[in-house]
Amino acid sequence: MSKLIKEDIDKFFIAQFESFENSLNGESKKPLHSKRKTAIDNFKEVGFPHAKHEEYKYSNVAKIFSKLFDVENLSDDSFSLSLDEAAKYFIPELNAIRLVFINGVLDSKLSDLDTLPKGVHIQAIKTAADDYADDFEKHFNTHKIEGADNFSELNTAFTNGGVFVKIDANAVVETPIACYYFNDAKNADVISQPRNLVIAEKNSQASLIESYVTLGENTSFTNAVTEIVIEDDCIFNYYKYQNESDQAIQVGATMVHQLGKSVFNGVTLSLNGAMLRNNLNIAIHKEHSETNMYGLYLLDGKTHVDNHTVVDHKVANCESNEMYKGILDGQSRGVFNGKIFVRQDAQKTNAFQSNRNVVLSDDAEVDTKPQLEIWADDVQCSHGATVGQLDLDQLFYLRARGIDKQTAKSMLLNAFASDVLSNIKIEAFRTLIENKINERL
Amino acid sequence: MLSIKDLHASIEGKEILKGINLEVKPGEVHAIMGPNGSGKSTLASVLAGREDYTVDSGEITFNGKDLLELEADERAKEGVFLAFQYPIEIPGVTTTNFMKTALNKIREYKGLEPLDAVSFLGQMKEKMKLVEIDQSLLSRSLNEGFSGGEKKRNEIFQMAMLEPTLAVLDETDSGLDIDALRIVANGVNKLKNDDNATIVVTHYQRLLDYIVPDFVHVLFDGKIVKTGGKELAHQLEEKGYDWIKEEAGVA
Repeated sequence: MSKLIKEDIDKFFIAQFESFENSLNGESKKPLHSKRKTAIDNFKEVGFPHAKHEEYKYSNVAKIFSKLFDVENLSDDSFSLSLDEAAKYFIPELNAIRLVFINGVLDSKLSDLDTLPKGVHIQAIKTAADDYADDFEKHFNTHKIEGADNFSELNTAFTNGGVFVKIDANAVVETPIACYYFNDAKNADVISQPRNLVIAEKNSQASLIESYVTLGENTSFTNAVTEIVIEDDCIFNYYKYQNESDQAIQVGATMVHQLGKSVFNGVTLSLNGAMLRNNLNIAIHKEHSETNMYGLYLLDGKTHVDNHTVVDHKVANCESNEMYKGILDGQSRGVFNGKIFVRQDAQKTNAFQSNRNVVLSDDAEVDTKPQLEIWADDVQCSHGATVGQLDLDQLFYLRARGIDKQTAKSMLLNAFASDVLSNIKIEAFRTLIENKINERL
Repeated sequence: MLSIKDLHASIEGKEILKGINLEVKPGEVHAIMGPNGSGKSTLASVLAGREDYTVDSGEITFNGKDLLELEADERAKEGVFLAFQYPIEIPGVTTTNFMKTALNKIREYKGLEPLDAVSFLGQMKEKMKLVEIDQSLLSRSLNEGFSGGEKKRNEIFQMAMLEPTLAVLDETDSGLDIDALRIVANGVNKLKNDDNATIVVTHYQRLLDYIVPDFVHVLFDGKIVKTGGKELAHQLEEKGYDWIKEEAGVA
């Protein structure tokens, strides 16, 4: 396989778009396609982000893409997955509305589309663009948001296989919606670009889980975008779980538009992958909203995880809390960049941010950067970042009571992670994560 | 039970203990007194196996075993307990969970089955009374936000749970008001029997009014310079440490 330079990658994706467009036939006359075309034009301007882009300084996706990905050996669409095989990767004991994606395309056979609870509408995004034309016009890729970048444009250009979810007004959906994204890298490299639109209508409550799996030893490149539109008086819980293969490159943007007075809780859990870049972009449009962002990255080997978060306080009297924690071993690398905008109108904003890291090996590395841009004058904002090692005094205290070194380490790291994990409100999911942590530690 | 012979220890190249000799037998209470900086806390830390200190020479045998060969957790499993001068706060670990883990690790070492939840809670309740510690405190993160007195009581509670053969109390009286001191001392006294021993490290004589020592050793400049009975503690309280320094010929 030949090494690609950035320009080759740009050309490759543009060519991919052309063949995608040719396959669309009559569909290319529809409004959705004009959005795709605008997006690919935007993408063409700068192309694939690389290390010279400030936001990708520490996470050179282009470099790792050219290193791992073979554009001449792409997987075809012949892959199919049995429910039994897929089930191995489902969250055990979880009662969920299950949505399964193969290479970024919703698989209706493996998904629970026939037995949806009252007030929940789910269907492939392509058909939803027709069936829910009003919602699409209002919400699909229409709300400008800080933090959106060229990967988002690329994703929009390839909008095809994702899912549309709508929670009706006043619906309280107790069963979480769990999206499992399977990439087939068994025989060849694979690209998947799921694009989802989630609308939570006023006074509704719902939880969404996104989990990513690459099958096989070849490289996968996932470029996902999930847009979440939240109206008045909603509570929306969002979980992202990444326990990917060593050959998985993932860029994912979760764009949260808190259009109404609402509560958004997000938890991002990253355990493994080649390079995982998470963009969590949140815009708060209405007063008295609350936004909570939690993250845990537990890394070893050569895994590289980059969490970029943006919270845009556009209006007054809102609160955002952010706590990301990292435990890094081996040659792993963690990047955290937390941006908070407090606009001039956003008086009485309370915004808190913390990023704490424990580095267990000499070769692991953390880059952490809080960024606050504040134009209002009556606000409370704080941020803090720490990078340290395991506390030797704490370790000795446990050992002095008869607890061996390994157990003591594991207790301390579990304790460190616990205030992130306690925000996973779905018990079966929390248990899974706790077990994964204990296996690792 | 414990035999220390010509112990030399240092930290970051600085020699702190300069030849300690000490014999402790079952049933005995030893007090180690001395001015600040004399090496009292270093001795306690070295006994517990703190890795910051280097033992340069000498030996410590504990119930026939070479203590210096054992890791900190192995020493605890053999029955050595250090009550910390400054108990460490560990957010996210509850005292209950901590004690359950510790107790079962020690039981495993001794070839015993882990304690079931009911017996464990029973034992907790019983020992809690001993130091008048409240259940709600034990459900909280270990020592986090505890007052000084609560931390010290928690140390003695842990000691009661683990039933060590040798307890080393490092300045357990520091920062305690008289009521808390009585509670702590009372706990220690109740745990005393013919098979275990206690080393009380303290700067002041007051604690020794409540925990009455069989021997008082005066540590000065890394050496035990004088040993006597409990009356030695009173002399030190009255006259201070200067006369000891003179007697030791180092003042």
